[in-house]
Amino acid sequence: MNYMTNSIKIKSGRALASSSIVAWATCIGRQGKSMHVSIGKSIAAAAFSGLALSGAWAQKAPLPGVTDTEIRIGNTSPYSGPGSAYSTIAKAEAAYFKMVNDNGGINGRKINFISYDDALSPPKTVEQTRKLVESDDVLAMFNTIGTAANLAAQKYLNAKQVPQLLVGGGATHLVDPKKYPWTMGWQPTYFSEGAIYAKHILASLPNAKIAVLSQNDDFGKDYLTGLKDGLGEKANSMIVATATYEPSDPTVDSQVLKLKASGADVLVNITTPKFASQVIKKIAEIGWKPAHYLINISVSVGAVMKPAGIENGQGILSTAYLMESTDARWKDHPDMKAWSEFMDKYLPGANKADSMNVYGYVTAQALVQVLKQSGNDLSRANVMKQAASLNKVPFKLMIPGVVANTTATDLYPIQQMQMMRLKGEQWELFGPIISSGVGQ
Amino acid sequence: MNNKLNHRGHANKWFLPALGLLAVAITLPAFAKGFLLFQATQVMIFAIAIMGLNVLVGFSGQLSLGHGAFYAVGAYTAAIFMGQYDLHYGLAIPAAGVIAFLFGFLFGLPALRLEGHYLAMATFSLAVAMPQVIKLSVLEAWTGGSQGIAVNKPQPPFGSSLSEDQWLYYIALITTCLLYLIARNLIKSRTGLALLAIKESPVAAKAMGVNLAVYKTLAFGMSAAFNGIAGALSAMAVQYIAPESFTFYLSAAILVGLVVGGVGWLPGAFLGAIFVLLVPNVAETVSKGLSGAIYGVFLIALIFFLPSGASTFRDFIFHRFQRKGGNSN
Repeated sequence: MNYMTNSIKIKSGRALASSSIVAWATCIGRQGKSMHVSIGKSIAAAAFSGLALSGAWAQKAPLPGVTDTEIRIGNTSPYSGPGSAYSTIAKAEAAYFKMVNDNGGINGRKINFISYDDALSPPKTVEQTRKLVESDDVLAMFNTIGTAANLAAQKYLNAKQVPQLLVGGGATHLVDPKKYPWTMGWQPTYFSEGAIYAKHILASLPNAKIAVLSQNDDFGKDYLTGLKDGLGEKANSMIVATATYEPSDPTVDSQVLKLKASGADVLVNITTPKFASQVIKKIAEIGWKPAHYLINISVSVGAVMKPAGIENGQGILSTAYLMESTDARWKDHPDMKAWSEFMDKYLPGANKADSMNVYGYVTAQALVQVLKQSGNDLSRANVMKQAASLNKVPFKLMIPGVVANTTATDLYPIQQMQMMRLKGEQWELFGPIISSGVGQ
Repeated sequence: MNNKLNHRGHANKWFLPALGLLAVAITLPAFAKGFLLFQATQVMIFAIAIMGLNVLVGFSGQLSLGHGAFYAVGAYTAAIFMGQYDLHYGLAIPAAGVIAFLFGFLFGLPALRLEGHYLAMATFSLAVAMPQVIKLSVLEAWTGGSQGIAVNKPQPPFGSSLSEDQWLYYIALITTCLLYLIARNLIKSRTGLALLAIKESPVAAKAMGVNLAVYKTLAFGMSAAFNGIAGALSAMAVQYIAPESFTFYLSAAILVGLVVGGVGWLPGAFLGAIFVLLVPNVAETVSKGLSGAIYGVFLIALIFFLPSGASTFRDFIFHRFQRKGGNSN
């Protein structure tokens, strides 16, 4: 698993919590099982002997994925393979839907959440997505994890006019309403985040000399483009030095020295956790003290700050849009209390420090919101229309002030973040909610 | 050699069942739609890759853990030719085969000096390196880096009522049949005999005048070409390729398919492909969290009970036929 596929943060090393499998399996396994077995059998039968198929491929219902009693929603996640830690998200989502169903569902319909393993392999994502659409007959795909996985399924889903809702990836090019009107984003993109840093720099240090260190691939470029876009006309004069590194480089020491030599007083650090840690350490060693902006993929205190020396990371700036479950400030917040009760009841034993449980909880709320807004017209066209008409919805556990908003031409729901600063071993939020203004 | 004679002696017995299977395969799109057809297409694509590996492992006796790399080369060749140079898919598929052949041939040259597990290690490193090589910034203009490339499905010819899925299925079917015949004829030809001789005893083969270097690299190139073509077809079926599509797991899956189907038995490739593609899905329905472990249990059980893979079945049926057939003849 690499940083590209997702911008969800694992803020501690304690990310894996597998005991939730039981709760999750009872929720999904039961609903999906009979169908899968019959399909598996019929495929085997056809492949081996070519016998005619059973009724699994019978005529579609008038509205795909919807009956009077249920709404079928499809998802693929990495339950196996190197990215399997990310399956926590789908498990949290499944648990949330179980809670919704226990409370009567949506307009009397229960959510049947069918989630398959794609091991983060794009061909497998396409296979499982086709299975969900063509044989499980789902209404929409929801929060498939991984940029590459979503790109792989995008062409197929758009050709079939199946909503690809709340995609689980931060790459900006995933969302392009003109070309792919059936694909809707979710979390702030790398581009938006870059633009937010630009806004903060313009407001607080208008005469800054900016140095940028970025990874030499489309993930790094996405951030850099956002930063430049946010700086606008001043981009060329303000950015005095840029350096890139390859993910395969052993260290970035020489790049840091080069950037310091430029005389810059602001560093925008677009690196993945390992390199971020190196940069923080190196800067302290050479006695460079720029205003240090670090992308929120690398804000883990356990995985980045402690290895770099917590004292070296003091004052580093970054952004957030979701509440941190370990943050003492939110302990008594009603949203956090509700979440904690939900976790205890529906995911007992799961790791509450894992921010993916927060992400899944918030994302599931967004789907429920779209379905509720669709009322009794659960056609794919109307669901997509409602997905494109989220009107400043504040979901539980989003930082107060952050809202999800979409229009037909702007399918990036979350474009707001709040700045935060490392103080001690905690990130401290400060300042107003900043909007990147992308696509608006 | 004895084994080979057996093949010939029983070729006729397999003619009718093979014809029946082909008839089923041709008519499949009439009653199977969408996902099933897509899976059938994928089975054939994987079978091509497994057949390719079989030429190398089963007949020339060289072990490769890295054929996913040639699969990737073929996929990228086809995607780049079709996307950036507007090459027709009918030409992109053989082009992928040719380029993969060259890669395989060139890789085979130094690999010649390596034998057994050393060759396995060399090919393993090839498979591990491939996703990163694709992401290299020098190649990014062509490969799209980690963004990958979107690939268009082959458009059905004008005037046909076939859907894109059906048309792709037939392309895969025709390619599979052609490649199967090529592999079968290769194995039955003098070249095939030379490869078998190398597998049994390289020293003896050399003494008989077999040019080891030529035949070994040729086997490497041929098997790479098969994998390249499989990769090209899979790029068209999936409509998208990215470095993550070609990790070591792909190479391992091809090897598993080969072992399950039976090393040295060509038709086993289809059974191996079905196993590799469908059993993980079955395992997932048993338990999502433990799907990998359940797949492993299936695999171990299979190897335990059918040590030569699906070809154990073949031998079983052969012996039955032999007894009955021997009397009537």
